[in-house]
Amino acid sequence: MNKSPISTAVQRVDSHGKTSGETRYLADYYYPDMLYARCVRSTRSRARILAVRVPELPEGYYYVDHRDIPEGGENCVAMINRDWRAFAADLTSFYGETIGMLVGPDRSRILQIMDSIEVEYEDLEPAVNIDEALALKGGPIHGSDNLFAEINLTKGDPDAAFARAARVVEGTFESGAQEHVYLEPQALCGTFEDGKLTIHASTQCPFYIRHSVAEALGWAAEDVRVRQTVTGGGFGGKEHYPDVLAVPLAVATLKIGKPIQLVLPREEDLEVTSKRHPSRITLRTALDSDGRILGMQLDTIIDAGAYESSSRVVLQRAVFTGIGVYDIPSVRAHGRAVATNTVPADAFRGFGAPQGLFAIEMHMSQIAQELGVDEDEFRRRYFVRRNSATITNGHVPEDVKLNELLERVKQLSDYDRKRRSYARGGGRGIALAFVQHGSGFTGSGERDIIKARVRLRRTEDDVIEVCASNVEIGQGVDTTFRKIVADVMEIPYTEVQLLNTNTDLTPDSGPTCASRSVGVVGYLLQEGARKLKARANEPGPIEVEQEYRQPPEIRWDAETLQGDAYPSFGWGVTCIEVQTDPVTLEAGVTGIWAAFDIGRAIDELVIQGQIDGGIVQGLGYAQIEKLESSNGRFQQITMADYVIPTSLDYPAINSCLVDNPYPYGPSGAKGAGEVVFDGAAPAFTLALQHAFDLPLRRIPVTPEYILEVKKHARNPVHA
Amino acid sequence: MREIRFTLNGREVSTSAHPMARLIDVLRDEFRMTGVKEGCGEGECGACSILKDGRIVNSCILAVGMIEGAVLETPEGIAATDRGRAINAGYAEAGAVQCGFCMTGMAVATEALLRQNPAPDEHQIRTAISGNLCRCTGYAMIVDGIKRAAIKGSGLW
Ligand code: FES
Ligand code: FES
Repeated sequence: MNKSPISTAVQRVDSHGKTSGETRYLADYYYPDMLYARCVRSTRSRARILAVRVPELPEGYYYVDHRDIPEGGENCVAMINRDWRAFAADLTSFYGETIGMLVGPDRSRILQIMDSIEVEYEDLEPAVNIDEALALKGGPIHGSDNLFAEINLTKGDPDAAFARAARVVEGTFESGAQEHVYLEPQALCGTFEDGKLTIHASTQCPFYIRHSVAEALGWAAEDVRVRQTVTGGGFGGKEHYPDVLAVPLAVATLKIGKPIQLVLPREEDLEVTSKRHPSRITLRTALDSDGRILGMQLDTIIDAGAYESSSRVVLQRAVFTGIGVYDIPSVRAHGRAVATNTVPADAFRGFGAPQGLFAIEMHMSQIAQELGVDEDEFRRRYFVRRNSATITNGHVPEDVKLNELLERVKQLSDYDRKRRSYARGGGRGIALAFVQHGSGFTGSGERDIIKARVRLRRTEDDVIEVCASNVEIGQGVDTTFRKIVADVMEIPYTEVQLLNTNTDLTPDSGPTCASRSVGVVGYLLQEGARKLKARANEPGPIEVEQEYRQPPEIRWDAETLQGDAYPSFGWGVTCIEVQTDPVTLEAGVTGIWAAFDIGRAIDELVIQGQIDGGIVQGLGYAQIEKLESSNGRFQQITMADYVIPTSLDYPAINSCLVDNPYPYGPSGAKGAGEVVFDGAAPAFTLALQHAFDLPLRRIPVTPEYILEVKKHARNPVHA
Repeated sequence: MREIRFTLNGREVSTSAHPMARLIDVLRDEFRMTGVKEGCGEGECGACSILKDGRIVNSCILAVGMIEGAVLETPEGIAATDRGRAINAGYAEAGAVQCGFCMTGMAVATEALLRQNPAPDEHQIRTAISGNLCRCTGYAMIVDGIKRAAIKGSGLW
């Protein structure tokens, strides 16, 4: 449908090397004299560390810990906050926290030595889940109340709404942790190049690493170089977490002076790296006597783990997305990010939105069922439109094409017929989820914190060079960035040179996350390319810079969290069809359809890849990726136990795009990487509700959970 | 120590590695076949796939002592053949590649499949790559890439 020429797929620039094996990832670089590192980790969820006894080390082996941080440095990993310590010194706050690092030439020898390192602890009482943490079990982990962040928002007059209510519907919805399982584990290498400390890393955010390493060493940021190596997947897991490894590695590299490679074995990666925040969200809705929504209350709690990391911002997104795609006149929202003695949770594709959207979609359907009305029609009635007020009293700045998306998905899936013909509780189910995802950083983060800058130049030899810090992690930016610039310059995209992997060569255009690379940075590239083109007749080399400017109609107050939380949104409708087994309670997905408004695709195939991968990853989250924790330890720490989707689990996805160009996106593009993930979990769970006629309130929806609900279900959902 | 001899991408080679050393380490560290990726080290992900005597195996759970006399083909070896080029072209056309970490293993699985069945259907393809995990693509575009490879390389297998 009215496809823009730029959307026509081209061949990805990275395809050939990655398939043939020519492309090198971090572990594929062998430096002369390279040493290997392993982390010595805490085996307590909460304890004082009384002593670490390291045996006498053979020649060429080193133990590195907090005492090796140079004078003027600080034992911290500087992210948004700096509470996460580079090395646990006298206290450990989660199982798996880094205490020290063992470095040497032979990997098996390192393992033997690791076994003989003894850590003496004095155990403290841990708080390993939300309830224990809110009860301050064992005393606070953080501050006086264990809250890394708390949000209170009011829209309209919720008190009056609840006072007037003829009826109140309430539901509590829970979601579990999820592991990224980027196929390449966390991988970094420290070296000195031209006398400069250089961290090579599989990462989404080279400048984050540079910042945290420089802060810990007490150096100027320019004294550290970070080079991104081809990155085998990120999904948020290589946004901040590499900082946690980079700081100890930098300390070790500085101490030893030789190249040191740190690649986490998969088990260690599963056990100690950050996960998606588990959540518990309670929604209450006030209805009048005609079943119309008067107001809503949200209580959003996310389990942040032992350190703050990016939980404040994740919480904001969970709450700001907490009423989904609906225009609710009055809302009171309370959000908390709770500190627990568990592995710190951090960014994961969706960044809080999937939790919020799962809860609101389940709750809206719950209300419809309790009212005995059609779930889809009930939800549709409340769709936001252009200029609808948001939960932060801002406005929806764009045309909302949800109805069009809905129609497209219905056509693709033959929805109406199937929905009618599958009897509730009859074993087959089909359902829809409606989602939105704000593109870019929350609020004025782009303007006030990120301040993205890109540089473009035409060199002496007439080559167009583009410098930005957003990196290829599989999502296709190495191709889409080139296409954006090539489109303006009217040259083949393969002729654009992209420099985006070395902090010495590029300005900081911000991290690779938050669906911002194309929507935000891509726009800077487009505008920069326009400047360059306007000067095409000038002789000799030309260089231009382009800085982020907030779209003029956006207003935001970061103190009160009021105004336009996001400058644009991606929108989506996801439809899932299931067939269930009444005996085993297993569910098989038999159909997947989806439609998205992402502004405009820069490359259709790249977007299709995002849609397919996002939905399958979302279905894994909803159905099979169970990550339980017992006493603060994850129970699934091998790939045999933590199961992700295989090629046999889900059918091919039938999806389409609806064009809705965004004036401040390159060729009209908005972000796409996350909205594609968001709808899978609610659509799948609603389809199961349809198939089983049971009230499901938790993901992942395993057969064991369904059995539990079946046993406890005194009343079917539609009472 | 006794040398272990085998054929690697058509070449006779030998190693003096300890027989219990993991094959993946010998292939990567000694022979620099870094197209053999380590995604899990426990036989679950298929990133380390190679062909041993024509059959797909996970090199992370094989000891090098077990390959005496075997014929091994790594992603590098396969990529250098006409069939490898057809696979590569099929993937590229389908847009199958994202982060790429699974892709060399997928290419090996593709080669193994097409040798047995040069015109596989959707289900046969999905079954053949079910031991190779991909976290990025949701698999459908890889399946498409394999179909295209089979057509492009028709007659080669
Ligand atoms: S690395 Fe061998 S199967 Fe995963
Ligand atoms: S392309 Fe990333 S794991 Fe397959």
